[in-house]
Amino acid sequence: MAPHTEQLTRPAVRLRDLKRSFGGRTVLDGLDLELPAGQFTALLGRSGSGKSTLLRAIAGLDHGVAGTGHVAAPRRVSVAFQDSRLLPWRRVLDNVVLGLDGKGAVERGRAALAEVGLAGRERAWPGELSGGEAQRAALARALVREPELLLADEPFGALDALTRIRMHHLLRELWERHRPSVLLVTHDVDEAIVLADRVLVLERGRIGLDLAIDRPHPRSYREPLLGEYRERLLAALGVTEDDR
Amino acid sequence: MTAVTTTTAAPTEAGALPPVRRRRRLAPGRRWPAARLAGPLLVLAAWAAASAAGQLDPAAIPAPWTVLRTLGRLWTDGTLATDVLTSLRRAGYGFAIGLAAGVLLALVAGLSRTGEALVDGTVQLNRAIPTLGLIPLFILWLGIGETFKVAIIAIVVYIPVYLNTHAALAGIDSRYVELAEVQGLSKPAFVRRVVIPGALPGFFVGLRLGVTGSWLGLVVLEQINATSGLGYLMFQAQNYGRTDIILVGLLIYGVLGLVSDSAVRLVERRVLSWRRTLSS
Ligand SMILES: Nc1ncnc2c1ncn2[C@@H]1O[C@H](COP(=O)(O)OP(=O)(O)O)[C@@H](O)[C@H]1O
Ligand SMILES: [Mg+2]
Repeated sequence: MAPHTEQLTRPAVRLRDLKRSFGGRTVLDGLDLELPAGQFTALLGRSGSGKSTLLRAIAGLDHGVAGTGHVAAPRRVSVAFQDSRLLPWRRVLDNVVLGLDGKGAVERGRAALAEVGLAGRERAWPGELSGGEAQRAALARALVREPELLLADEPFGALDALTRIRMHHLLRELWERHRPSVLLVTHDVDEAIVLADRVLVLERGRIGLDLAIDRPHPRSYREPLLGEYRERLLAALGVTEDDR
Repeated sequence: MTAVTTTTAAPTEAGALPPVRRRRRLAPGRRWPAARLAGPLLVLAAWAAASAAGQLDPAAIPAPWTVLRTLGRLWTDGTLATDVLTSLRRAGYGFAIGLAAGVLLALVAGLSRTGEALVDGTVQLNRAIPTLGLIPLFILWLGIGETFKVAIIAIVVYIPVYLNTHAALAGIDSRYVELAEVQGLSKPAFVRRVVIPGALPGFFVGLRLGVTGSWLGLVVLEQINATSGLGYLMFQAQNYGRTDIILVGLLIYGVLGLVSDSAVRLVERRVLSWRRTLSS
């Protein structure tokens, strides 16, 4: 776990004046953002605020969406979706190495599965996995490509609370080992605070709050100092005392 | 808020807790082996019993053993073997050509917009015309020989194969398309690993309809325009009032239909084995 401070100076993602709209309704409105290489960033925002739209713009997946602006991102980008999106007709290992070619692809796939704790399940069908296991396989599929940038759109949103905490540890651990830049979209303020070193809040089509979380890892949900960040983030998200 | 208490019925005295009785199962129990044969066997037994008791007019419904004896006789010293072979060849060629055409057209229409523009509307138009209504025209074009019969069967088969396969190819889940883009699949790899495997369940629906259609087409063609084959045999038997021969023909049609359907099911189970694991 060598500190990659020199990498932090090189931006992994640069967005300039990004605009996206659907049928005349503006969702991203001149958004500027820079993500340093190797940083773990979380993106918060109300439902419908445009988090997925932003992620898809960075991933280059928004064909046919109206908009302008400049997007620069690394070549090797992996995306983890809220659903594991494993192809049900391919066995787990074949899913992990989907799109990976060359010799050693299978070996790398096996190693990635072992890394997420799924050694021995290579020949299973996705339909035989539990929700958490499927999401682990999806993480293995994202990481086996050694991405410079990992985009994750509420990857734990469909998991139960206990599995989610396990997955948090796993994701942070994987990040420390491989050091991709991470942009994790979530609607869970605690998830953002515990995992990320920087939390963004998307608001009215722009980054409304950009908060560095300077606390050592691993962090616990009960850490009292995190409460301060939580207050600020909830306020930025428009959650008032009355709502709680 | 009240404190949550775990309710384990207050143990006033040891042993007062009632033992758990397994609940009555509401779902039907396990299937017995070859259970689906039970119904047909029962019908057969009733038929045999009624015949033996003299309750059935042998001219209308001959006894099962009469039918079997006729079958044996026709097979050894009649033309039954060649008739069955002739029928099988017609159905087989027609089915094979229809299957190939259906799959090919579905791929063309399902994988390219140009293909869809050219093929889909044409097939939909073809589908609107009942294929058996084409018989007079095809006889004029192709004569009354084998070619025309194979052509009609092929058309009966290709339509359901095309419709189901094309719908499955066109209806591919957009989430999987997005995944393929993220994983950087090339277009051929995308087609091979995502589109085609995803369309297989739909293809098999079309395949089974096609198999049924090929037998149906065969029966109709042979009973109205043939000079050989199983249907011709039955048509002649009708002229001589030989219900036993007609029943032999029906029996063979039934066996052929059953065997072909089972074969398709078997292949389907093998190819789509991943489906059995889906919990949802
Ligand atoms: N393909 C689309 N067509 C039309 N409207 C869309 C489309 N995708 C997103 N939107 C709209 O854009 C807004 C932002 O959506 P999204 O980025 O998915 O929000 P979030 O992920 O933050 O919940 C929403 O109001 C949504 O209805
Ligand atoms: Mg979203």
